[in-house]
Amino acid sequence: MSIKETVSAARSCWTTGDGAESDVVISSRVRVARNLAEFPFPHQLSDESAEQVIQAVSLAVNNTADQGIGILEMTGMGELTPVERQILVEKHLISPDLLENYKNKAVVLNNDESVSIMINEEDHLRLQCLLPGLQLHEAWHRLSSIDDVLEKTLDYAFDEKLGYLTACPTNVGTGIRASLMLHLPGLALVNQISGVLSTVSKLGFAVRGLYGEGTEATGNLFQISNQITLGQTEEDIIAGMVSVARQIIASERSARQALFKERREHMEDRVGRAWGILKHAGIVTSEEAMKLFSDLRLGRDLNIIDLIPPDLITELMIMTRPAFLLKMSGKDLSPFERDVQRAKLIREKLA
Amino acid sequence: MECERCKQRPATVHLTQIINNQKKTMNLCEPCAREFQTENFGFLPQMNLHNLLAGLFHHQLTNPFGQQGIQQAVSEGEICPRCGLSERRFAQQGLLGCGECYSKFGDKLEPVFRRIHGNNRHTGKVPERTGGKVKITNQINKLKNSLKEAVEREEFELAAQFRDQIKELEKKLGGEENACVN
Repeated sequence: MSIKETVSAARSCWTTGDGAESDVVISSRVRVARNLAEFPFPHQLSDESAEQVIQAVSLAVNNTADQGIGILEMTGMGELTPVERQILVEKHLISPDLLENYKNKAVVLNNDESVSIMINEEDHLRLQCLLPGLQLHEAWHRLSSIDDVLEKTLDYAFDEKLGYLTACPTNVGTGIRASLMLHLPGLALVNQISGVLSTVSKLGFAVRGLYGEGTEATGNLFQISNQITLGQTEEDIIAGMVSVARQIIASERSARQALFKERREHMEDRVGRAWGILKHAGIVTSEEAMKLFSDLRLGRDLNIIDLIPPDLITELMIMTRPAFLLKMSGKDLSPFERDVQRAKLIREKLA
Repeated sequence: MECERCKQRPATVHLTQIINNQKKTMNLCEPCAREFQTENFGFLPQMNLHNLLAGLFHHQLTNPFGQQGIQQAVSEGEICPRCGLSERRFAQQGLLGCGECYSKFGDKLEPVFRRIHGNNRHTGKVPERTGGKVKITNQINKLKNSLKEAVEREEFELAAQFRDQIKELEKKLGGEENACVN
């Protein structure tokens, strides 16, 4: 898939609804931070050296052909329009940080968009693998083999004692951040979400909203990720995440079952209302959309409603974000026009 | 006052932003303020790891007596010879400047690692090429343990095998070191 196709389609590898435990786990992400030994970290780089870093990675990417890791394509951030850049953020393929000072930055994508490499973000390379459902081990294996192939060409900043050196000491060592996007409407409805999440954070995992650090959880979507990167192996970190995730999944499922058994009419009403509003509303804010998508998703997982293909809700989540609406309508939209456009798009997709 | 973004609802949220000493005030309605905040990540209060971390490091830098003169003398702290990052800047931004900073500020970073990670030693993946030596050292350490255990169990034949393997690896390590010098 070329970059132009990537920014035109909401669909991505992680939105397909495949993967294990996909009734609770929307997606699994693993990223590692790597730096080149011969350059200062990105925030200390001159424009000229930043370009040299991009060149070095570009060379390494070209050397990956025929290495069994698929086709990688690099795009300078400056080659994209502001809307296209924002779409990459909305598709979770890059972080918002890559938009700042974008001329010195680049992104590498593979053909199914499961792997992306950000260049000159906080570290020279941020490799990430994003897959649907609970697939952290698979994501790490894919990422690690790409990392190995790139390392044949690139000299990484690595220290015997401290491991991979990173701009921020919170990433030093393995440089790994594994995270899961979880849909937890059941726990939210039975008012147990804060209890569960505070337990998770006591175990050394961070809990965040959908769009990363400092964002609020909308549509009952939560991100959990590891904090410790030094002193444990990558496999141990991932195994720890998976075992915590399994417990959250189990409690979310039992909350849903209890709700379905004891408050069936309420649940059916809730899902039916969401369906009705989404199919007929003329103005929908992004916040309302996320809330209704959550109800719809819950309805599908509880078999209250079965008309919706599994990937459609996730795709709609992306399609109804501001930059995507802008791209599709081909002109600037005021917030009000956006809400109208959003409602129209949802009606069409659910028809 | 109407919201300056949607120009529809009354402005109830007044946001003040200071970037590079330039003060900017925005008058927004609640829905717009919320949207604005999710779109502009930099706008949220910077209560993130970087700042907490910088605080941790800064704590060690701060002179407990707080005397002006002494404060001044240590204000920039040590400076990394390679990238020019000063301790003070690290304390402000929470980011190191280059790989060399880790050895330059090593002693002071140690407690920071312990606080964040509860550990100060990497045990994970080692890069194939750049970390070749580390890989061998790790192997040698593992074999030395096995050797000790074998001796304790009085399995001397096995112990001899381990000893030979260690010798072999040490030779390889020595060879690589020489190669580096040349």
